[in-house]
Amino acid sequence: MEESNQAIIRIQNLWTQFGDYVVHQDLNLEIQAGEIVSLVGGSGSGKTTLLRQMLGLEHPTRGTVSVFGEDVQKADPIQLQRLRNRWGMLFQHGALFSALSAFDNVAQPMRELHALPEDLIRDAVLLKLHMVGISAEDGMKMPADLSGGMIKRVALARALALEPELLFLDEPTAGLDPNLSESFVELIQSLRQEMQLTLVMVTHDLDTLFSLSTKIAVLADKQVIAMGTPEEVVKLPHPFIKEFFLGARGLRAMEGLHASEQTVK
Amino acid sequence: MLKTEPPVLTFNRQDHPSVSASGAWHVHALAVENAIPAIMSTLHGLPHGETLAWDLSKINALDHIGAQLLWNAWGKARPPQLTLLPAHETFFALLEQAAAALVPPPPRPTPSLLDWLPTKVSGFADHSLSFLALIGQLTLDLGRFAGNLRRGPWKEISANIYHIGYQALGITALVGFLIGIVLSYLSAQQLHTFGGDVYLVNILGMSIIRELGPLLAAILVAGRSGSAITAQLGVMRVTEELDAMLVMGLPHGFRLIMPKVIALAISMPLLVIWTDAMALLGGMFSAKLELGLAPSYFLHKLPDAVPLANYLIGLGKGVAFGSLIALVACHFGLRIKANTESLGEGTTTSVVTAITIVIVADAVFSIVFSGIGY
Repeated sequence: MEESNQAIIRIQNLWTQFGDYVVHQDLNLEIQAGEIVSLVGGSGSGKTTLLRQMLGLEHPTRGTVSVFGEDVQKADPIQLQRLRNRWGMLFQHGALFSALSAFDNVAQPMRELHALPEDLIRDAVLLKLHMVGISAEDGMKMPADLSGGMIKRVALARALALEPELLFLDEPTAGLDPNLSESFVELIQSLRQEMQLTLVMVTHDLDTLFSLSTKIAVLADKQVIAMGTPEEVVKLPHPFIKEFFLGARGLRAMEGLHASEQTVK
Repeated sequence: MLKTEPPVLTFNRQDHPSVSASGAWHVHALAVENAIPAIMSTLHGLPHGETLAWDLSKINALDHIGAQLLWNAWGKARPPQLTLLPAHETFFALLEQAAAALVPPPPRPTPSLLDWLPTKVSGFADHSLSFLALIGQLTLDLGRFAGNLRRGPWKEISANIYHIGYQALGITALVGFLIGIVLSYLSAQQLHTFGGDVYLVNILGMSIIRELGPLLAAILVAGRSGSAITAQLGVMRVTEELDAMLVMGLPHGFRLIMPKVIALAISMPLLVIWTDAMALLGGMFSAKLELGLAPSYFLHKLPDAVPLANYLIGLGKGVAFGSLIALVACHFGLRIKANTESLGEGTTTSVVTAITIVIVADAVFSIVFSGIGY
C-alpha cells in the first residue's frame, strides 16, 4: 500500500484511438519513484504516444494520466507549469532551439523563471554542460555546428536544467555510434545517482535497455502485457517478448547483462 | 517529495561570527519571489575580511543551483569552517572538481561600425554574384530542356502551375475586383465634375491593363508563392532533401528551379489577364452605380480606348515578373542555412526583395515602352 502511494506516474484505463484504429485499449501502468522504466513494444504499438500523453502533449480518448498525483489532462495552466518544472524531456533528435547557442538553450528554462541572477545562471549552465561533458567553448556554438552526440548531450543538459525529479527519454541512444551510446548510458546512470531521478524511456536499443532499466514495461496487444525487472519480463511466454528479447541480438545483449551481474557479485 | 520551506540565510554575530542556512535550497524554492533578493541582502551585509563559519546542516533540500549560489557567495572556494550534511557533500565536491572547467568563455566580439559598411558591400556583391550564377544555370538548364523536351520535368512544371496559378485565382479575383471598384469610384467622381464621364473607360482601361493588373497579380504572387518557394527550399535544406537530390544525381537547377521559373512564367500572364478582367468587371459595376454607364457601352468602348499594344505589354510584364519572382525566391531559398531562424529571415527577405524587384522592373518597363500604346 505504501508503495502505491509513491507512484509518480499512474495511468488508469487509458484508451487511445486514431479514427477507428485503437492504439491503447484499457491500458494501466504505474511507475514508482526512483525506478528506471523502459517502454518497449513493436513499432506502432504506441510507445511514443504514451510518452507524449504523460507529458500532456497528446490527449487520450478515455482514461486518466496522472503525474505526481495530478491529472495531466485536467490540470489548470498554473498546476501544469508547476508539473513541467518538475520533469524534463529528452527528445529523440534533441529538439534544441536552433536560433540559440547550446549555452542559451540550457539557460532558457532557468531564465524563464525570472528569478535567478544572470551570473548564477551562467555558472549553473556551465556546470550542467560540464556534467554532460560539453566544454565551455563548445557551449558557445550553435546547434547546427554540433555533432549528433553533442546535440544529445546538450539536450540532456537542457532537460536537467531545472533539476527535475522525473526525466523522460525518447530513444536516448538512437543515432549514436556504439561507443557514444555506451558513454551516454554511463552519463545518464551517473546523473541519476547525483540527482535522484526517476527515468521513463522509450528505446529499441537492447544494450541500453538492459544496462539502464530497473523495470521493463512491454506494450503489445494494445496493453501493457508485462511490467517487471528485465529478468522477470524475459521469462514470460508471449510471442512478442520471445521475438524481441530472444532473437540473436537479444541473446547477445542478455549475455552482457549476465556478465555484468557476475562481476558485481 | 518537494520540500517547500523557503531558503533562509541567517548571520549570527556572537563571539564567533557564523552564517547558517536553512530550508530548501533548490531551484524551485529559490525561484519564489523575493527569495533571492533576501539572500543577496544578507550576503551583502556579511562582514568582510573575517573568517566566517558556515553551517549548512539545517538545509533540508539542496540541488546544483542552490549549491552554486552558495559556492559563488564563498568566492568559488570552500570556506575553512563548513558544516554540512554528508548527503550534500557531493554537490560541493562536484563544484570543486569542476572549478577548472567552469571558466566562462570569452565574450563574443561586438561588430564595430567600421566593419558595417564592408560587410554590407561584400554581402551585396555576394548576392549579386550568386543571383547571376543562378540565371546562368537557368539558361544552361533551359538549353538542356529545349534539347530534349521529352525528358523534361513536366510533372514538376504542371504541379507548380497548379499551385502557383490555379490556386491563386480566388485571391487575385477578389483583390482585382475590389481595386477596380475603388479606382472606378474615385475616377468617376473626379471626371463627373469636369463632365468627362465617358473617359472613365479610357482611364480604367489604360491604368488597369497596362499597370495595375500586372503589378497587383505580381505582388500577390510574390507574397503567396514567393514565400512558399523560399520556405520549401529552406525546409528541404533543413531536412537534407537538397543533399539527397544531389547524391542521387538530381540537379537542383533542372529539377527544382527551372520548373518553378517556367511555371511562373506561364501562370503569371494568365493571372494578369484574369486580374485585368476582374478589375475591369469591378470598375464596370462601380461605373454603372456611380455614373449610370451601361456595361454594354463600357465593353463596346474598351477596344478603342486601349490599343492592343497595352495588352501585349501587360502580358510581357507578366512573364518578366513571374520569372523574377521565381528566381528571387529560389535564390533566397537556396541560401537558407539549416536552422529555423535563417528560415524565417530568408523567407522575409525573399518576399521583400521580390516585391521590390517587381516594382523596379515595372519602372523599367514604363521607361522602355513610354512611346508605345497611346
